[in-house]
Amino acid sequence: MSTIAGRLKWLAALALAGVAVAGCERPPVDEVQRGYRGTAMVQVYNPRVVAKQAALNTVPEPLAAAPEGGPAAGTIYQNVKVLGGLSIAEFTRTMTAMTAWVVPKDAAPTEAGCNYCHVGGNFADDGKYTKVVARKMLQMTQKINAEWKPHVQGTGVTCYTCHRGKAVPEYVWFQDVDNTAAAGLGNRAGQNRSTPAINGTSLPSDPFTPFLLGAEPIRFTGATALPTGNRKSIKQAEWTFALMTHMSQGLGVNCTYCHNSRAFNDWSQSPPQRAVAWHGIRMARALNNEFMVPLTEVFPAHRKGPLGDVAKLNCATCHQGAYKPLYGASMLKDYVTALAAPVPPPAASAEAPPAEGETPAAPAETSSASEPVSDVPG
Amino acid sequence: MAEYQNIFTRVQVTAPPYPGVPLPDDGSIGGREGKGFLQHLIGKFGDAQIGPIYLGWTGLTSLLFGFIAFEIIGLNMLASVGWNWIEFVRQLPWLALEPPPPSYGLSFPPLNQGGWWLIAGFFLTASVLLWWLRTYQRAKAHGMGPHIAWAFGAAIWLYLVLGFFRPILMGSWGEAVPFGIFPHLDWTAAFSIRYGNLFYNPFHMLSIAFLYGATLLFAMHAATILAVSRYGGERELEQIVDRGTASERAALFWRWTMGFNATMESVHRWAWWFAILCPITGGIGILLTGTVVDNWYLWGIKHHIVAAYPQVWAAPTVDPATLPGGTP
Repeated sequence: MSTIAGRLKWLAALALAGVAVAGCERPPVDEVQRGYRGTAMVQVYNPRVVAKQAALNTVPEPLAAAPEGGPAAGTIYQNVKVLGGLSIAEFTRTMTAMTAWVVPKDAAPTEAGCNYCHVGGNFADDGKYTKVVARKMLQMTQKINAEWKPHVQGTGVTCYTCHRGKAVPEYVWFQDVDNTAAAGLGNRAGQNRSTPAINGTSLPSDPFTPFLLGAEPIRFTGATALPTGNRKSIKQAEWTFALMTHMSQGLGVNCTYCHNSRAFNDWSQSPPQRAVAWHGIRMARALNNEFMVPLTEVFPAHRKGPLGDVAKLNCATCHQGAYKPLYGASMLKDYVTALAAPVPPPAASAEAPPAEGETPAAPAETSSASEPVSDVPG
Repeated sequence: MAEYQNIFTRVQVTAPPYPGVPLPDDGSIGGREGKGFLQHLIGKFGDAQIGPIYLGWTGLTSLLFGFIAFEIIGLNMLASVGWNWIEFVRQLPWLALEPPPPSYGLSFPPLNQGGWWLIAGFFLTASVLLWWLRTYQRAKAHGMGPHIAWAFGAAIWLYLVLGFFRPILMGSWGEAVPFGIFPHLDWTAAFSIRYGNLFYNPFHMLSIAFLYGATLLFAMHAATILAVSRYGGERELEQIVDRGTASERAALFWRWTMGFNATMESVHRWAWWFAILCPITGGIGILLTGTVVDNWYLWGIKHHIVAAYPQVWAAPTVDPATLPGGTP
């Protein structure tokens, strides 16, 4: 008996040692089945990582609702281009929320409070680049919530989705400094540099420029068993692989969250989340081109990348490691009036539009693009 | 006295170093270097005798060409981190010398656009082939069969398929494998995904069967011999013709546990064939990929080897690019 117990102990010790060295994260991990049994359609979660993530993805308390009525902000304040149609109370509430979301009190002194965007004493002044950027970002938020419902659905986004209390969102990307033409040797071909955005692989380290700024074809798999003219190369596959690795990393999910890995390209076997992600790729691409790139000249050099390009967004910018940003909690529901869609201009503004850039009698506040309220994008 | 039976070598037989049979007069250049010496620690793993060393012209040229390839790859990696040695060490597993972009086809590209890769590949291939010739010639010179050379040749077949035959058939050096630690692994994954999942490639299946089979046979055989070494089981060759109690016990063990046993001789044929068929079948599978079959998953469907699963979502997911307004 004692020998059997002894042998069992040895076996157990061996099994334990094997398990311990097999993975990089210690067990136990949670598994969530998401497809037909036996097909490895499983999401693996490390509960310790999830606990840390959950703490980072809590939603701040919404501000108290603004009272109904009151004059439109655009009729009182000057140089209000995006949110002019809001009531004064709702406008002030939105500005307060933005401050808490982007430049909160506990941030570094240079990146905290109203004066991060506003010229002290003259809130209508567009003298600070941050104000021009913030206006564009408000328009972007409204556009996402109004027109990108196939991706953000009813949950929507607010400034906090990306900013999380930081003046510059933590996860942005710049174009890669590649050494392709640098010398007679040492060409990395855009690959073989470990970066967190591609989960430390040696895949192409900037899959964002071709796919989330440009619109290079992402698909490469042939549609027929035998060759019928599909000339996509393995190198092209590596670029797509890098983008997909980024999505997996950015969302904290396995490949099988969106794909059946036996046939990655087959839509009919893919979980429905893949279609949502498809729209997400288009959304990131559109936002980079419509909102970020046009701001290139607005940003000072220290906010730009090594090649002088503006900070751009990818999946991780909003998702930050969660399958849904903030684990699906909707902050938009408390800020529908300001952020759910472009705000119609105030009725009175057509008669007496405030002069642009003029020193106002009353302190004016942030917002829009380059034209007065009547040009709010739709 | 120590026993000559266990997992680790405990007993070392110490004898004057043996210089080997006289060199044949076959035109080989140079002679043996050194007289040979014993090294106790090495004896823990294999024979304690080191040397004398004999390279001949195949060995010397092979080492020289191998060194050139090693330098080209290494200097390109070092250049890719700005000649920074610390970064070179830190990033080494990620660094690589990449083959040319596919746009160059089979032409010779500029050096920094894959030209170095072609040159390094040439020298590495020359080095490997010369070393193969050396294994063949040494075996012949020692009156051995060429089994080791053919086994090495099987590995060279897979290497040449990956970096030479298949890229030529595909019309692009860009289809070949980068020289790098992680990069060649990422390449492997991308290769499988590009061609619709290599697991549905029957030659890949065979290769895996032979790979796992070879390790299983190796474990079974090595364990059997160690287990009967107290009866002289390690003297396998004598026991082929003069079956002793070690052979009898080992054979009986396997007959009683699986109903069948190899012989002291045949187990080596099993192991040799399993081992060389792993790269041979694997090479065939790679060679067919992209050239004859573009999507192995669809090939699997065509030949009824793909299981169908019940639909678990409310409705099959539709490709948004096929819907109105969608673009891929």
